[in-house]
Amino acid sequence: MGEQILLKHKVVSLDGYKASGGWTALEKATRMEPAAIIDEVKKSGLRGRGGAGFPAGLKWSFIPKDSPKERYVVCNADEGEPGTFKDRELIRMNPYLLIEGMAIAGRAIGARTGYIYIRGEFAREAALLEKCIGEAKVSGFLGDKLFGSAFGFDLHVHKGAGAYICGEETALLESIEGRRGQPRLKPPYPAVEGLFACPTVINNVETLAAVPAIIERGGAWYAGIGAGKSTGTKLFSISGPVKKPGVYEADLGIPFKTFLEDYAGGMADGKKLKAVIPGGSSTPVLTAEEALNAKLDYESLAAAGSMLGSGGIIVIAEGTCMVDALLVLAKFYHHESCGQCTPCREGAGWTETVLRRFEEGGAKPGDADLLLSIANNMMGRTICPLADALAMPVISFIAKFRDEFDAHAAGNTCRMGASR
Amino acid sequence: MKKFKFSEEFNRKVAPTVARYPRAEAALIPLMQEVQRELGHFPDEAAQALAGLLGVSYARVKGVLTFYTMFRREPGGKYLLQVCRNLSCHLAGSVKLLEYLKGRLGIEEGGTTHDGVFTLITAECLGACGTAPVMMVNDDYHESLTVEKLDKLISDLRAAAKAHK
Repeated sequence: MGEQILLKHKVVSLDGYKASGGWTALEKATRMEPAAIIDEVKKSGLRGRGGAGFPAGLKWSFIPKDSPKERYVVCNADEGEPGTFKDRELIRMNPYLLIEGMAIAGRAIGARTGYIYIRGEFAREAALLEKCIGEAKVSGFLGDKLFGSAFGFDLHVHKGAGAYICGEETALLESIEGRRGQPRLKPPYPAVEGLFACPTVINNVETLAAVPAIIERGGAWYAGIGAGKSTGTKLFSISGPVKKPGVYEADLGIPFKTFLEDYAGGMADGKKLKAVIPGGSSTPVLTAEEALNAKLDYESLAAAGSMLGSGGIIVIAEGTCMVDALLVLAKFYHHESCGQCTPCREGAGWTETVLRRFEEGGAKPGDADLLLSIANNMMGRTICPLADALAMPVISFIAKFRDEFDAHAAGNTCRMGASR
Repeated sequence: MKKFKFSEEFNRKVAPTVARYPRAEAALIPLMQEVQRELGHFPDEAAQALAGLLGVSYARVKGVLTFYTMFRREPGGKYLLQVCRNLSCHLAGSVKLLEYLKGRLGIEEGGTTHDGVFTLITAECLGACGTAPVMMVNDDYHESLTVEKLDKLISDLRAAAKAHK
């Protein structure tokens, strides 16, 4: 197993963090030119760990150098993509690492203030972060004139209130500003006009937590880990019927088969692998065979017809009804659609309605095609990717498990009832 | 509409909360959360009062109140039970847990027990899929649940509620 950068061991106190080498990267960053920090992150090849995989250094470089406005660093800790539970683990294991990463990002883009937007359900984790931020302020790791430099950085925790859509970066900004979490049209991108209409960098918890090691040990070192353009380590959350579900840090590019067996302990209770959702519920499902031949990195999963996404792996065993599983996801996206765009609001509702017919009776021949038609009318036709996030599972579930949909329609209801 | 009076504790928290942001209106959700923390729900009268306090429209506050699922507009039980119904929990048997709770508590989803101890709802992914099935009781997560564990938990909570009466 590779080196653990994010989850080496549980750090329970500020002193413990300091003793394990914490804050040295921030100290180094205060003596670096901001452009040099951004260059180092660019060199590392670090990509957004929230799901989109956009290069972090490039995102930071979009902040206008000459803007007279305030700038902000925002951490997206609105972890809610079904199957994803890594950020909660990271915050519980090593909260100071995130704080240090955010301060370095602040130094890089010239921000004096950061906000951690954490989902409201993570009340305990939010309280932990507030405690750690308080300690860091008292000990001089946050606040004015850090390490004797002119750079100062302050950090606040902002709790969400129960809306998956706020994980979308512009909905998140709306939410901090005290509005309904409805995504904004882009451009302008947050780098130019983000929080409070000021230049803003938004990164996922895991992305920001990778920054201190990159500054300390260099971008080239980080780029040496992983596979090709998928550099570094990644936190994978694995759930479903495996022996040891949980969060594991592995080098990008690890074969799924190795990950399943060596990290997650293989399938539980002698169950047989049927399908895998590799990167959170919105990423296209893979058949067992596709998954067992895939590597876990951005390019390999794209080549396999899916996405690395958030690294939230949901394992599905033989005996599970795929129509039922898709209905669970459709209900979710219908519930979470912000209602702003018609294709998403109506499409998600109709997808759920039609899927219910399969499960509860009344499905008509051609309903699988109807679902595909709805999905195709949702894809790429909305302000944010939530519509795509439902359309992708619909299209892939039907493409790969069409026989189950047809059998439901022929028999009028679900006979498997596997998980009910 | 009844006039709403904020508590003294709330009033003390307004300035430091507003100070975290360059615009007062950004304190809206944190202050709504504070009202709900004190009262257990967020009454409509408070929306009017908070709109006045922050200088935003009542419609804006009402819009926020109805958008976010964690805001509860009606009083509920002492313990809010939220059973996660998303895929990993579903695969791990959350439907059975929900059915069990409905039976034992004698309420449907969204209902509150007569003694005012429990309100039962379902929630979307709670972000703890590795320890599915999961249920929240107020702010706390209860993970890797089974019917047996749930049975004991409900008994314990009932006893705790009685002791506090």
